Amino acid sequence: MTQQVNENIVDKSIKRVHKLEARGVKVFYDNFEAIKGIDMQIKANKVTAFIGPSGCGKSTFLRLFDRMNDYVDGFRMEGEILIDGENIYKKKVNVEQLRKQVGMVFQKPNPFPKSIYENVAYGLKIQGIKDKKFLKEKVEESLKQVALWDEVKDDLNKSAMALSGGQQQRLCIARTLAVEPSIILMDEPTSALDPLSTAKIEELIYELKQKYTIVIVTHNMQQAGRISDYTAFFYLGELIEYDKSKKLFTNPEKQQTENYITGRFG
Amino acid sequence: MRKIKEVFIEKSLLTSALITILVTLGIILVLSVEAVNFFKEVPIIDFLTDTQWTPLFTDKHFGIMPLLSGTLLTSFIAIAFAVPVGLSISIYISEYAPRSFRKSIKPALELLAAVPTVVYGFFALTVVTPFLQSFIPGLSGFNSLSAGLVMGIMIIPFVSSLSEDALHAVPNSLREAAYGMGSTKLQNSFRVLVPAASSGIIVSIILAISRAIGETMIVAIAAGQQPRLTMDPTVPVETITAYIVQVSLGDVEHGSLEYRTIFAAGITLFIFTFLLNTFSYKIRKKFREKYE
Ligand SMILES: Nc1ncnc2c1ncn2[C@@H]1O[C@H](COP(=O)(O)OP(=O)(O)O)[C@@H](O)[C@H]1O
Ligand SMILES: [Mg+2]
Repeated sequence: MTQQVNENIVDKSIKRVHKLEARGVKVFYDNFEAIKGIDMQIKANKVTAFIGPSGCGKSTFLRLFDRMNDYVDGFRMEGEILIDGENIYKKKVNVEQLRKQVGMVFQKPNPFPKSIYENVAYGLKIQGIKDKKFLKEKVEESLKQVALWDEVKDDLNKSAMALSGGQQQRLCIARTLAVEPSIILMDEPTSALDPLSTAKIEELIYELKQKYTIVIVTHNMQQAGRISDYTAFFYLGELIEYDKSKKLFTNPEKQQTENYITGRFG
Repeated sequence: MRKIKEVFIEKSLLTSALITILVTLGIILVLSVEAVNFFKEVPIIDFLTDTQWTPLFTDKHFGIMPLLSGTLLTSFIAIAFAVPVGLSISIYISEYAPRSFRKSIKPALELLAAVPTVVYGFFALTVVTPFLQSFIPGLSGFNSLSAGLVMGIMIIPFVSSLSEDALHAVPNSLREAAYGMGSTKLQNSFRVLVPAASSGIIVSIILAISRAIGETMIVAIAAGQQPRLTMDPTVPVETITAYIVQVSLGDVEHGSLEYRTIFAAGITLFIFTFLLNTFSYKIRKKFREKYE
């Protein structure tokens, strides 16, 4: 209790060390136990990668941090998920407010079937912001952040569906950035993209970590090694190993981890 | 043996398709021939511009506008009622209702369309009109308001069922995108899902309009049989369909000019529904391209 009081006095601009935290988390889909008791702390302003074979619970675990599983039939959770020390599964939490703080980028680019401009402005508009000048500036700024501005600045009114897959994914990231979250969750954001688009997005993630806490699920171990500071290896709903990426990829503690990263299974 | 069976099935399917097309062509042919005969005696310009429709009186006028206005007025009232209600229902079922509820409510709603329209007609005349008269004092016993509203109830499932299908077909990834940006359910429904499903929703509305324009029993019973060029929903009117019933059931001599008026009225109706069908077909085609 005393600790919490102290932290509230501390200047907000000083980043907390642990941005995200899971305490004794279990997830069930009906009777199937998809996450079997995980404790984990994720550092602020770092890139943390989740790796592990398909079906091991990476997406399920990631989606706990913006309560995206709430819409899944049969979903049930035990334990606590904390963001900046606050349990986000408490009754009084405003889920919409939470999601403005925690942005999400999905596996398949999913722009709205609206114009490029409307896609980026969407998050601000639903907050009731109508100031055209402000919206315009924010759209431009967000598109510049993802290096898409030069490619689309002359046809902002074009449908987002007309963009290439890589452009669409960068647009989806821009749309997320526009509402200024502090955390960005990415679920295999490059798995549907060509190598060139993938490289662009990796570069972007590298730049974004100055300002954001990023958690990224990836199938691609080279990618995890390239872009992440920390890596967590999941297997069958359990967190097997979690360490600095350099350490985990060069000198893992657990045999299972080594088997996975050397391609012996999964 | 197998091959013969295949050929036989293929041929009989082809035959049924051809018969359907032939019957349709036959109907159009009969309609057109009789209509052409009608227009030999009544100039088409009179038909389109005269503001009275009195073919059964001694002072004959053949202006389609009163019948057309009756049809459009009752249909407009029906649509104005059915679209907001039907659309709300579809959004509720697709986005708010629990899955188990969705499974039982849809067939229940579709029952509304299965009630014989003559029942609706009497419902409008004997229940809705007296009810409305209790707070609209000048309301006639026959009126387009009550007929239109009841017709609206009947076509609710046309709007709600197809719109719900369209909303349901919107990929889940769009819902997740909208929720992920911090949308409420309401914002997600109206700002993302309804626009994304708009072509399907428009098709459902067009279908409901054609159904309303072609509806006969309800308007024949509850809206009256007085052709009148008016937009006043409280007075009796007559629709094209109600007129056709009136003449078909009456003792008009076959082959007479009075008899041919029903074909002229019929072809007007046909042109309207044909245009609506074409329009919805075009939209549906575009819709398909978008999702492929
Ligand atoms: N909606 C769901 N209903 C039931 N089971 C699910 C659902 N989503 C995921 N699962 C199960 O939970 C486990 C973890 O899935 P997921 O988190 O998608 O794994 P990953 O992202 O690592 O591939 C899998 O066994 C999967 O079959
Ligand atoms: Mg996954």
